[in-house]
Amino acid sequence: MHPLKFVPDNTNIRFLSYRWWALALSILLLTSSVALVAINGLNWGIDFVGGQSIRVTFQKPVNMGDLRGRLEGLDVGDVVIQQMTDPKVVSIRIPLEGEATNPIGKCLGQGIGKEGQADGANKIASTVRAELVKSYPGVNIGAVNSVSGKVGCELFSTGSLALTLAMLGISLFIWFRFEWQFGVGALVTLFHDVVLTFGFFALTRLSFDLNVIAAILTIIGYSLNDTIVIYDRIRENLRKYRKMEIEPLLNLSVNETLSRTVTTSMSLILTLSILLLVGPDSIFGFTASMLLGIVIGTFSSFYISAPVLIWLNVTSDSFVQAETPKGAAERISESFPGQK
Amino acid sequence: MLDFPRWKVWLVIATTVIGVIAAVPSMLPEATRDKLPGWLSKTHINLGLDLSGGSHLLLEADTADVRKQQIERMEETIRTEMRRASPKIEISDISTAGGALSFMPRNPAQLDQAVDIARQQTNGIGIGGQRDWNVAVRDSTRVVMTPTDAGIKYEIDSALETARNVVAKRIDPEGTKEITVVRQGADRILVQVPGLQDPEGLKRILGKTAKLEFKLVDLNADPNEVAAGRAPAGSQILPMQQGGKIAVKRRVMVSGDELNDARQDFGQNGDAVVSIKFNNSGGRKFGRVTAENVGKPFAIILDNVVISAPNINEPILGGSAQISGSFTVESANELAISLRSGKLPVALKVIEESSVSAELGQDSIQKGVLAGVLATLALVFYMMITYFRFGVYTTIALLVNALLVLGLMGIFNATLTLPGIAGFVLTIGAAVDANVLINERIREEVRRGRHTIQAVEFGFKEASTAIFDANITNVISAIILFWFGSGPIKGFAVVLALGIATSVFTGVTFTRLLVAQYLQRNRPKTLIL
Repeated sequence: MHPLKFVPDNTNIRFLSYRWWALALSILLLTSSVALVAINGLNWGIDFVGGQSIRVTFQKPVNMGDLRGRLEGLDVGDVVIQQMTDPKVVSIRIPLEGEATNPIGKCLGQGIGKEGQADGANKIASTVRAELVKSYPGVNIGAVNSVSGKVGCELFSTGSLALTLAMLGISLFIWFRFEWQFGVGALVTLFHDVVLTFGFFALTRLSFDLNVIAAILTIIGYSLNDTIVIYDRIRENLRKYRKMEIEPLLNLSVNETLSRTVTTSMSLILTLSILLLVGPDSIFGFTASMLLGIVIGTFSSFYISAPVLIWLNVTSDSFVQAETPKGAAERISESFPGQK
Repeated sequence: MLDFPRWKVWLVIATTVIGVIAAVPSMLPEATRDKLPGWLSKTHINLGLDLSGGSHLLLEADTADVRKQQIERMEETIRTEMRRASPKIEISDISTAGGALSFMPRNPAQLDQAVDIARQQTNGIGIGGQRDWNVAVRDSTRVVMTPTDAGIKYEIDSALETARNVVAKRIDPEGTKEITVVRQGADRILVQVPGLQDPEGLKRILGKTAKLEFKLVDLNADPNEVAAGRAPAGSQILPMQQGGKIAVKRRVMVSGDELNDARQDFGQNGDAVVSIKFNNSGGRKFGRVTAENVGKPFAIILDNVVISAPNINEPILGGSAQISGSFTVESANELAISLRSGKLPVALKVIEESSVSAELGQDSIQKGVLAGVLATLALVFYMMITYFRFGVYTTIALLVNALLVLGLMGIFNATLTLPGIAGFVLTIGAAVDANVLINERIREEVRRGRHTIQAVEFGFKEASTAIFDANITNVISAIILFWFGSGPIKGFAVVLALGIATSVFTGVTFTRLLVAQYLQRNRPKTLIL
């Protein structure tokens, strides 16, 4: 019996020869993501736009039209009703009336939401709750979440700020630990991953709420993980094989770490799939975006992080002169008799 | 790399054992937890409201109201002090517009004296020697008093501190429940009540400031003037609960601050009323005022609305009274609770509300735990068929990692939320990656023809730079999330940060110890992985 190996020893795939195709694919995906966000829009969660979401479990499945009629009769604004996989469970969403459904324009354009509507959301929560209890005896109101427009704006701006700062902080760290080209590579990679994740949310119309910010930061973290593992190997190989051309060197580095990349991605996909299938449905969007993030992250570390180094003219001189004392590279290659 | 001095071995073992023991209280039900021996720390992980069920309200204070009240109070003080001064200073043209108080002494010669008295009413704040009010003279006739920024800040701060105490008292008069009432930012109060599924009653109780006042009705006011909203001097117009307006004397005879007790009760006709009991001085004042005004109506005012204005039939000397209005038993009870806890110094409004039923929380825990167990089993299986013996080490490291995260969370008394569970699963992913990096590197070094011990040594050494760099980036994310995130996101960041620390420890140090022991004892010729 042998240990399981998805990647045979001494695999040598010339990943970087396909970089122009990959670049074309990336550009296609990026443009479609931007187009999707522009046309479809994001399904902003009430965390950001204000309003309420209510999760209700009825005694028996209810007539949706009937429920919709009752709620719309309350005159509380647009009511979005969605039945869960269990027909007795219904999710009700009511964005704040008269407020823009897109927090970007609202929060950045006109300043903080109007004071007068600050507690409007909350009154609606009480009205809807009272109506449900009255019309459907025995109803179980599972979760109520109500956010005023003002708090929504605050959550939105702190969320965006956290995202931007995290991306910049991470890139600065990589610049510090590697070279500036690597920092730029990481930043471009992160940007690519974040835009694609936004596109995914615009495509699936999954609710884009506060938890998604955590998901995006985690995706960034994992994509970075892949990138750093490959960058670390590139740094090592740049010192080791000073005469090698940059393209074969990048190929070598990607191939050498391929087995690790596959094993780690497989275990994460395994874990997340289980979380997706049996985990609580309130983190469904989170898990789904994480799964997608693993795929995007692996792709981008091969085809964005690595080729950027070619385009930015990284050579073995970028490291050896700066960090290793003279002759160190030769010493290292001497200690590897099997290799040149 | 593989030489572990004895003390280091024991240090690693001790750290692991302490961490694992600290995880124990969190995994036991509360009843069992109480029976644990005393030497064992009982700090444990708290469940967030999304898991335990309960209500969360974020209240915002009306700071404009605080500033208005600050100026109104100063107006009262100035009126009294100028009257008391000798010689008495007549003032006129009092204005409270534009966030400042200004007035003119009728006799310009008394201006300096008036300024002196005004200055005496200000207080120093903190150690900087700053005052809470600025006193200035405008046009050499008018005294202008403006609250300083520090004064406003102090006023808002103390109003919120009082409000926090009142809120806590209203929600939980006995102080026995595990509620959380904390200040958040400059003008907000966060309320968390585990187990409460329907926060409507709570919202009603907190929605009233419950400022209770007794004032005499101004019988001389012209009804037409009252209807038009113009009050005679010394009086004010207030709305009545039943509709319409009424003129009452400005002077407060007795206020809710002088109550000893308030209870829901039933009146003579069996209708719900609130019985109140004054304290000594309140009772005396009330007795004197009622004795002096027999036959005249008395206005009972709650939050600036007249709830009733009954006639005083006889002096009420016992120090207790009844408030009747159109109450239901429930609303009378809520008013009684509010009166007992004292008035809120500032109106609060709910700007964020979320509540989760206990069943839904329970469901999330069950599903989360099930997913966690299944995911761990799948990972263990995958690691074992991939790395054999080293996969077993990875597995042990993963389990220890999971226990250490729980243990650390227990020690810090951290709160586990739903996103926290997701963070937990992710740190397990990070721990797997650390082990995968090391194992793959060892494979690689073996392939390059290294001897077993050397291969393992290089594997750990070379892999650790990547592990280190990758984890630092996660730490950066976690710190930023913690800093800017709110509520659930914070829970995620805490778990992520703790998990990164423990996964580096278990992935690098702990696994290395296991491998080193194996190599020393068995001295294998070849490594199977």
